[in-house]
Amino acid sequence: MVTVEEVWTALAEIADPEIPVISLVDLGVIKSVEIGDGRVRIEFTPTFMGCPALETMQREMRAKVHGLGAEADVQVVLDDSWSTDRITPEGREKLRLAGFAPPAPRPTGKLDLVQLQGGAFRCPYCGSTDTRLDNIFGPTPCRSIRYCKACRQPFEQFKTI
Amino acid sequence: MSKRTDLLLSIADDELILGWRNSEWTGIAPFLEEDVAFSSIAQNEIGHARALYDLAAAELGTTADELAFDRRPEEYRCAPLVELRRLEWARTIARHWLYETADEIRLAALKASNDSEIAGVAAKMDREEVYHRMHAEMWVDRLLSTDDGRSRLNEAVDELWPYALGVLDDELRPELRSRVEERLDRPLPEVDAVPRGVHQAELAELWEEMTMVRRSAPPGSQW
Repeated sequence: MVTVEEVWTALAEIADPEIPVISLVDLGVIKSVEIGDGRVRIEFTPTFMGCPALETMQREMRAKVHGLGAEADVQVVLDDSWSTDRITPEGREKLRLAGFAPPAPRPTGKLDLVQLQGGAFRCPYCGSTDTRLDNIFGPTPCRSIRYCKACRQPFEQFKTI
Repeated sequence: MSKRTDLLLSIADDELILGWRNSEWTGIAPFLEEDVAFSSIAQNEIGHARALYDLAAAELGTTADELAFDRRPEEYRCAPLVELRRLEWARTIARHWLYETADEIRLAALKASNDSEIAGVAAKMDREEVYHRMHAEMWVDRLLSTDDGRSRLNEAVDELWPYALGVLDDELRPELRSRVEERLDRPLPEVDAVPRGVHQAELAELWEEMTMVRRSAPPGSQW
Protein backbone atom coordinates (compact mmCIF):
# COMPACT_ATOMS: atom_id res chain seq x y z
CA MET A 1 0.00 0.00 0.00
CA VAL A 2 1.14 3.52 -0.74
CA THR A 3 2.19 5.87 2.06
CA VAL A 4 0.77 9.30 2.84
CA GLU A 5 4.14 10.84 1.87
CA GLU A 6 4.07 9.15 -1.55
CA VAL A 7 0.58 10.55 -2.18
CA TRP A 8 1.64 14.09 -1.23
CA THR A 9 4.69 13.81 -3.50
CA ALA A 10 2.51 12.63 -6.39
CA LEU A 11 -0.09 15.37 -5.81
CA ALA A 12 2.70 17.96 -5.82
CA GLU A 13 3.30 17.00 -9.47
CA ILE A 14 -0.19 18.13 -10.52
CA ALA A 15 -0.09 21.57 -12.10
CA ASP A 16 -2.92 24.03 -11.62
CA PRO A 17 -4.91 23.67 -14.88
CA GLU A 18 -5.13 27.45 -15.37
CA ILE A 19 -1.76 28.58 -13.97
CA PRO A 20 0.51 25.59 -14.67
CA VAL A 21 3.56 27.10 -12.94
CA ILE A 22 2.03 26.28 -9.57
CA SER A 23 1.01 22.85 -8.22
CA LEU A 24 -2.11 21.90 -6.31
CA VAL A 25 0.04 21.45 -3.19
CA ASP A 26 1.55 24.94 -3.66
CA LEU A 27 -1.98 26.27 -4.04
CA GLY A 28 -2.91 24.80 -0.66
CA VAL A 29 -6.14 23.18 -1.88
CA ILE A 30 -5.33 19.75 -0.48
CA LYS A 31 -6.46 19.85 3.10
CA SER A 32 -5.58 16.33 4.15
CA VAL A 33 -4.49 12.94 2.90
CA GLU A 34 -5.40 9.81 4.86
CA ILE A 35 -5.03 6.14 4.11
CA GLY A 36 -7.36 3.52 5.48
CA ASP A 37 -9.13 0.32 4.40
CA GLY A 38 -6.96 0.15 1.30
CA ARG A 39 -8.13 3.52 -0.05
CA VAL A 40 -6.67 7.01 -0.14
CA ARG A 41 -8.91 9.77 1.18
CA ILE A 42 -8.16 13.28 0.02
CA GLU A 43 -9.93 16.34 1.37
CA PHE A 44 -10.00 19.02 -1.31
CA THR A 45 -10.93 22.66 -0.66
CA PRO A 46 -11.84 24.47 -3.88
CA THR A 47 -10.51 27.97 -4.51
CA PHE A 48 -13.16 30.09 -6.25
CA MET A 49 -16.51 28.32 -6.41
CA GLY A 50 -17.11 29.12 -10.08
CA CYS A 51 -13.63 28.05 -11.13
CA PRO A 52 -13.97 25.79 -14.19
CA ALA A 53 -10.75 23.96 -13.25
CA LEU A 54 -12.21 22.32 -10.12
CA GLU A 55 -13.40 19.16 -11.85
CA THR A 56 -10.13 18.76 -13.76
CA MET A 57 -8.22 19.05 -10.48
CA GLN A 58 -10.26 16.24 -8.90
CA ARG A 59 -9.87 14.02 -11.97
CA GLU A 60 -6.11 14.51 -11.96
CA MET A 61 -5.85 13.72 -8.25
CA ARG A 62 -7.66 10.43 -8.78
CA ALA A 63 -5.46 9.63 -11.78
CA LYS A 64 -2.26 10.34 -9.85
CA VAL A 65 -3.27 8.06 -6.98
CA HIS A 66 -4.33 5.41 -9.49
CA GLY A 67 -0.82 5.66 -10.94
CA LEU A 68 0.53 4.71 -7.50
CA GLY A 69 -1.57 1.56 -7.56
CA ALA A 70 -4.31 2.79 -5.25
CA GLU A 71 -7.76 4.38 -5.54
CA ALA A 72 -8.66 7.78 -4.17
CA ASP A 73 -11.88 9.18 -2.73
CA VAL A 74 -11.78 12.92 -3.20
CA GLN A 75 -14.01 14.68 -0.74
CA VAL A 76 -14.87 18.27 -1.64
CA VAL A 77 -14.91 20.44 1.46
CA LEU A 78 -17.17 23.45 0.90
CA ASP A 79 -16.39 25.62 3.88
CA ASP A 80 -14.15 28.64 4.20
CA SER A 81 -11.05 26.73 5.25
CA TRP A 82 -9.28 27.71 2.03
CA SER A 83 -8.04 31.24 1.69
CA THR A 84 -5.23 32.70 -0.37
CA ASP A 85 -3.15 32.65 2.84
CA ARG A 86 -2.87 28.89 2.22
CA ILE A 87 -0.74 29.37 -0.91
CA THR A 88 2.74 28.27 0.14
CA PRO A 89 5.78 30.62 0.10
CA GLU A 90 7.21 28.53 -2.77
CA GLY A 91 3.90 28.88 -4.62
CA ARG A 92 3.94 32.66 -4.18
CA GLU A 93 7.45 32.90 -5.60
CA LYS A 94 6.48 30.74 -8.59
CA LEU A 95 3.50 33.00 -9.26
CA ARG A 96 5.64 36.11 -9.11
CA LEU A 97 8.25 34.68 -11.48
CA ALA A 98 5.47 33.90 -13.95
CA GLY A 99 4.24 37.51 -13.85
CA PHE A 100 1.31 37.11 -11.44
CA ALA A 101 1.53 39.27 -8.35
CA PRO A 102 0.89 36.89 -5.42
CA PRO A 103 -2.07 37.67 -3.13
CA ALA A 104 -1.54 40.05 -0.23
CA PRO A 105 -2.02 38.49 3.23
CA ARG A 106 -5.61 38.63 4.50
CA PRO A 107 -6.12 41.75 6.61
CA THR A 108 -7.21 41.27 10.19
CA GLY A 109 -10.20 43.56 9.67
CA LYS A 110 -12.54 43.90 6.71
CA LEU A 111 -11.11 43.85 3.21
CA ASP A 112 -12.12 47.05 1.44
CA LEU A 113 -11.68 49.09 -1.70
CA VAL A 114 -9.39 51.60 0.03
CA GLN A 115 -6.85 48.82 0.57
CA LEU A 116 -7.10 47.70 -3.05
CA GLN A 117 -6.61 51.26 -4.20
CA GLY A 118 -3.63 51.66 -1.85
CA GLY A 119 0.02 51.15 -2.62
CA ALA A 120 0.79 47.87 -0.86
CA PHE A 121 0.87 45.93 -4.12
CA ARG A 122 4.16 45.20 -5.78
CA CYS A 123 4.70 44.94 -9.53
CA PRO A 124 5.89 41.37 -10.33
CA TYR A 125 8.13 42.68 -13.13
CA CYS A 126 10.08 45.59 -11.63
CA GLY A 127 9.24 45.33 -7.92
CA SER A 128 7.85 48.89 -7.62
CA THR A 129 4.89 49.51 -5.32
CA ASP A 130 3.90 52.53 -7.41
CA THR A 131 0.92 50.64 -8.84
CA ARG A 132 -2.77 51.37 -9.23
CA LEU A 133 -5.93 49.28 -9.37
CA ASP A 134 -7.36 49.22 -12.90
CA ASN A 135 -10.13 46.66 -12.39
CA ILE A 136 -11.23 44.61 -9.38
CA PHE A 137 -11.99 41.84 -11.88
CA GLY A 138 -9.73 40.21 -14.42
CA PRO A 139 -9.40 37.32 -16.85
CA THR A 140 -10.43 34.75 -14.21
CA PRO A 141 -12.36 35.16 -10.94
CA CYS A 142 -9.13 34.90 -8.90
CA ARG A 143 -7.37 37.92 -10.45
CA SER A 144 -7.56 41.71 -10.54
CA ILE A 145 -5.84 44.00 -13.02
CA ARG A 146 -3.30 46.56 -11.81
CA TYR A 147 -0.98 48.93 -13.62
CA CYS A 148 2.63 49.64 -12.65
CA LYS A 149 3.38 53.33 -13.01
CA ALA A 150 7.14 52.71 -12.70
CA CYS A 151 7.62 50.25 -15.58
CA ARG A 152 4.33 51.16 -17.31
CA GLN A 153 3.18 47.60 -17.45
CA PRO A 154 -0.26 46.23 -16.60
CA PHE A 155 -0.15 43.06 -14.51
CA GLU A 156 -2.45 40.46 -12.97
CA GLN A 157 -2.82 40.59 -9.20
CA PHE A 158 -4.10 37.54 -7.34
CA LYS A 159 -7.11 38.54 -5.25
CA THR A 160 -6.93 38.05 -1.52
CA ILE A 161 -9.85 35.94 -0.33
CA MET B 1 -39.73 19.47 0.50
CA SER B 2 -37.92 20.41 3.71
CA LYS B 3 -37.52 24.00 4.82
CA ARG B 4 -33.76 23.56 4.40
CA THR B 5 -34.10 22.48 0.76
CA ASP B 6 -36.49 25.32 0.09
CA LEU B 7 -33.95 27.79 1.50
CA LEU B 8 -31.08 26.28 -0.53
CA LEU B 9 -33.11 26.41 -3.74
CA SER B 10 -34.25 29.99 -3.11
CA ILE B 11 -30.70 31.25 -2.81
CA ALA B 12 -29.35 29.02 -5.57
CA ASP B 13 -32.08 30.26 -7.95
CA ASP B 14 -31.30 33.89 -7.04
CA GLU B 15 -27.63 33.35 -7.82
CA LEU B 16 -28.23 31.39 -11.03
CA ILE B 17 -30.76 33.81 -12.50
CA LEU B 18 -28.84 36.93 -11.50
CA GLY B 19 -25.67 35.26 -12.80
CA TRP B 20 -27.46 34.77 -16.10
CA ARG B 21 -28.65 38.38 -16.17
CA ASN B 22 -25.13 39.63 -15.35
CA SER B 23 -23.69 37.52 -18.14
CA GLU B 24 -25.96 39.36 -20.59
CA TRP B 25 -23.50 42.28 -20.32
CA THR B 26 -20.67 40.13 -21.69
CA GLY B 27 -19.58 41.82 -24.89
CA ILE B 28 -21.94 44.81 -24.67
CA ALA B 29 -21.13 46.61 -21.40
CA PRO B 30 -20.44 50.37 -21.72
CA PHE B 31 -16.71 49.78 -21.46
CA LEU B 32 -14.25 46.92 -21.33
CA GLU B 33 -13.66 46.95 -17.56
CA GLU B 34 -17.36 46.45 -16.93
CA ASP B 35 -17.57 43.77 -19.57
CA VAL B 36 -14.92 41.88 -17.59
CA ALA B 37 -16.42 42.72 -14.19
CA PHE B 38 -20.00 41.63 -14.95
CA SER B 39 -18.77 38.47 -16.66
CA SER B 40 -16.61 37.59 -13.67
CA ILE B 41 -19.40 38.33 -11.19
CA ALA B 42 -21.72 36.14 -13.29
CA GLN B 43 -19.21 33.28 -13.12
CA ASN B 44 -18.97 33.58 -9.33
CA GLU B 45 -22.75 33.69 -8.86
CA ILE B 46 -23.27 30.62 -11.03
CA GLY B 47 -20.50 28.85 -9.07
CA HIS B 48 -22.37 29.65 -5.85
CA ALA B 49 -25.59 28.35 -7.38
CA ARG B 50 -23.84 25.10 -8.28
CA ALA B 51 -22.61 24.53 -4.71
CA LEU B 52 -26.07 25.25 -3.27
CA TYR B 53 -27.80 23.02 -5.85
CA ASP B 54 -25.34 20.24 -4.95
CA LEU B 55 -26.43 20.45 -1.31
CA ALA B 56 -30.12 20.47 -2.26
CA ALA B 57 -29.58 17.66 -4.78
CA ALA B 58 -28.07 15.42 -2.09
CA GLU B 59 -31.34 15.73 -0.16
CA LEU B 60 -33.63 15.38 -3.15
CA GLY B 61 -31.73 12.52 -4.80
CA THR B 62 -31.06 14.45 -8.00
CA THR B 63 -28.22 16.49 -9.53
CA ALA B 64 -27.28 20.16 -9.62
CA ASP B 65 -27.77 20.28 -13.40
CA GLU B 66 -31.27 18.84 -13.18
CA LEU B 67 -32.21 21.38 -10.53
CA ALA B 68 -30.73 24.25 -12.51
CA PHE B 69 -32.16 23.39 -15.91
CA ASP B 70 -34.88 20.73 -15.79
CA ARG B 71 -37.52 22.51 -13.73
CA ARG B 72 -40.31 24.54 -15.27
CA PRO B 73 -40.01 28.34 -14.91
CA GLU B 74 -42.87 28.43 -12.36
CA GLU B 75 -40.96 26.01 -10.11
CA TYR B 76 -38.03 28.39 -9.58
CA ARG B 77 -37.94 30.11 -6.19
CA CYS B 78 -35.89 33.18 -7.09
CA ALA B 79 -36.85 36.68 -6.03
CA PRO B 80 -38.41 38.78 -8.81
CA LEU B 81 -35.56 41.33 -8.45
CA VAL B 82 -33.15 39.00 -10.23
CA GLU B 83 -35.57 38.17 -13.03
CA LEU B 84 -35.96 41.71 -14.35
CA ARG B 85 -34.19 42.67 -17.50
CA ARG B 86 -32.31 45.94 -16.89
CA LEU B 87 -30.73 47.15 -20.08
CA GLU B 88 -30.06 50.63 -18.76
CA TRP B 89 -26.88 51.25 -16.78
CA ALA B 90 -28.18 53.13 -13.71
CA ARG B 91 -30.85 50.45 -13.20
CA THR B 92 -28.29 47.68 -13.67
CA ILE B 93 -26.09 49.25 -11.00
CA ALA B 94 -29.07 49.84 -8.70
CA ARG B 95 -30.17 46.20 -8.98
CA HIS B 96 -26.58 44.98 -8.51
CA TRP B 97 -26.07 47.16 -5.41
CA LEU B 98 -29.48 46.34 -3.86
CA TYR B 99 -28.97 42.62 -4.43
CA GLU B 100 -25.41 42.56 -3.08
CA THR B 101 -26.47 44.55 -0.01
CA ALA B 102 -29.40 42.21 0.66
CA ASP B 103 -27.15 39.22 0.01
CA GLU B 104 -24.61 40.44 2.56
CA ILE B 105 -27.35 40.62 5.20
CA ARG B 106 -28.63 37.16 4.25
CA LEU B 107 -25.12 35.62 4.25
CA ALA B 108 -24.38 37.08 7.68
CA ALA B 109 -27.49 35.30 9.01
CA LEU B 110 -26.57 32.04 7.26
CA LYS B 111 -22.98 32.14 8.54
CA ALA B 112 -24.45 32.08 12.06
CA SER B 113 -26.64 29.05 11.22
CA ASN B 114 -26.51 25.90 13.40
CA ASP B 115 -26.38 23.89 10.18
CA SER B 116 -22.61 23.59 9.69
CA GLU B 117 -22.90 22.72 6.00
CA ILE B 118 -24.95 25.84 5.25
CA ALA B 119 -22.78 28.03 7.50
CA GLY B 120 -19.63 26.74 5.74
CA VAL B 121 -20.90 27.38 2.20
CA ALA B 122 -22.17 30.84 3.22
CA ALA B 123 -18.75 31.74 4.65
CA LYS B 124 -17.04 30.57 1.48
CA MET B 125 -19.46 32.51 -0.74
CA ASP B 126 -18.96 35.60 1.38
CA ARG B 127 -15.21 35.66 0.66
CA GLU B 128 -16.01 36.17 -3.02
CA GLU B 129 -19.04 38.39 -2.51
CA VAL B 130 -16.81 40.96 -0.78
CA TYR B 131 -15.48 41.85 -4.23
CA HIS B 132 -18.97 42.14 -5.72
CA ARG B 133 -19.91 44.55 -2.95
CA MET B 134 -16.77 46.64 -3.46
CA HIS B 135 -17.58 46.84 -7.16
CA ALA B 136 -21.20 47.86 -6.48
CA GLU B 137 -20.19 50.45 -3.86
CA MET B 138 -17.60 51.92 -6.21
CA TRP B 139 -20.36 52.50 -8.78
CA VAL B 140 -22.72 53.97 -6.21
CA ASP B 141 -19.96 56.42 -5.25
CA ARG B 142 -19.49 57.30 -8.88
CA LEU B 143 -23.19 57.85 -9.54
CA LEU B 144 -23.67 59.85 -6.37
CA SER B 145 -20.82 62.18 -7.34
CA THR B 146 -22.81 64.02 -10.05
CA ASP B 147 -26.34 65.47 -10.09
CA ASP B 148 -27.32 63.46 -13.13
CA GLY B 149 -25.92 60.22 -11.69
CA ARG B 150 -27.56 60.83 -8.33
CA SER B 151 -30.99 61.43 -9.80
CA ARG B 152 -30.77 58.37 -12.07
CA LEU B 153 -29.64 56.13 -9.22
CA ASN B 154 -32.38 57.40 -6.91
CA GLU B 155 -35.03 56.95 -9.56
CA ALA B 156 -33.84 53.38 -10.22
CA VAL B 157 -33.74 52.52 -6.51
CA ASP B 158 -37.31 53.78 -6.03
CA GLU B 159 -38.48 51.65 -8.93
CA LEU B 160 -36.67 48.52 -7.66
CA TRP B 161 -37.22 48.97 -3.93
CA PRO B 162 -40.32 46.69 -3.61
CA TYR B 163 -38.38 43.99 -5.48
CA ALA B 164 -35.26 44.44 -3.32
CA LEU B 165 -37.33 43.89 -0.17
CA GLY B 166 -38.60 40.64 -1.68
CA VAL B 167 -35.09 39.12 -1.64
CA LEU B 168 -35.12 38.90 2.15
CA ASP B 169 -37.37 37.32 4.77
CA ASP B 170 -39.48 39.74 6.81
CA GLU B 171 -37.12 39.87 9.78
CA LEU B 172 -34.11 40.94 7.70
CA ARG B 173 -35.87 43.72 5.75
CA PRO B 174 -35.46 46.52 8.30
CA GLU B 175 -31.69 46.17 8.09
CA LEU B 176 -31.75 46.48 4.31
CA ARG B 177 -33.92 49.59 4.60
CA SER B 178 -31.64 51.27 7.10
CA ARG B 179 -28.49 50.55 5.08
CA VAL B 180 -29.95 51.82 1.81
CA GLU B 181 -31.48 54.90 3.45
CA GLU B 182 -28.19 55.73 5.13
CA ARG B 183 -26.22 55.39 1.90
CA LEU B 184 -28.66 57.48 -0.14
CA ASP B 185 -29.22 59.87 2.75
CA ARG B 186 -33.00 59.91 2.33
CA PRO B 187 -36.04 57.91 3.43
CA LEU B 188 -37.41 55.19 1.16
CA PRO B 189 -41.12 54.80 0.42
CA GLU B 190 -43.23 52.47 2.57
CA VAL B 191 -44.26 49.79 0.10
CA ASP B 192 -45.18 46.11 0.06
CA ALA B 193 -42.45 43.72 -1.01
CA VAL B 194 -42.80 41.80 -4.28
CA PRO B 195 -42.43 38.33 -2.80
CA ARG B 196 -40.76 35.16 -4.05
CA GLY B 197 -42.91 32.89 -6.16
CA VAL B 198 -44.54 35.77 -8.05
CA HIS B 199 -42.70 35.44 -11.33
CA GLN B 200 -42.20 38.15 -13.90
CA ALA B 201 -42.89 37.38 -17.56
CA GLU B 202 -39.18 37.95 -18.18
CA LEU B 203 -38.27 34.75 -16.30
CA ALA B 204 -40.00 32.55 -18.88
CA GLU B 205 -38.05 34.29 -21.67
CA LEU B 206 -34.78 33.87 -19.79
CA TRP B 207 -35.59 30.20 -19.10
CA GLU B 208 -36.29 29.52 -22.79
CA GLU B 209 -32.85 30.82 -23.67
CA MET B 210 -30.99 29.35 -20.68
CA THR B 211 -32.29 25.78 -21.14
CA MET B 212 -32.47 25.73 -24.94
CA VAL B 213 -29.29 23.72 -25.54
CA ARG B 214 -30.05 21.19 -22.82
CA ARG B 215 -33.63 20.71 -23.99
CA SER B 216 -32.45 20.19 -27.57
CA ALA B 217 -30.29 17.20 -26.62
CA PRO B 218 -31.68 13.65 -26.31
CA PRO B 219 -32.45 12.60 -22.70
CA GLY B 220 -29.46 11.09 -20.92
CA SER B 221 -26.91 13.01 -23.01
CA GLN B 222 -23.48 13.30 -21.43
CA TRP B 223 -22.04 16.80 -21.31
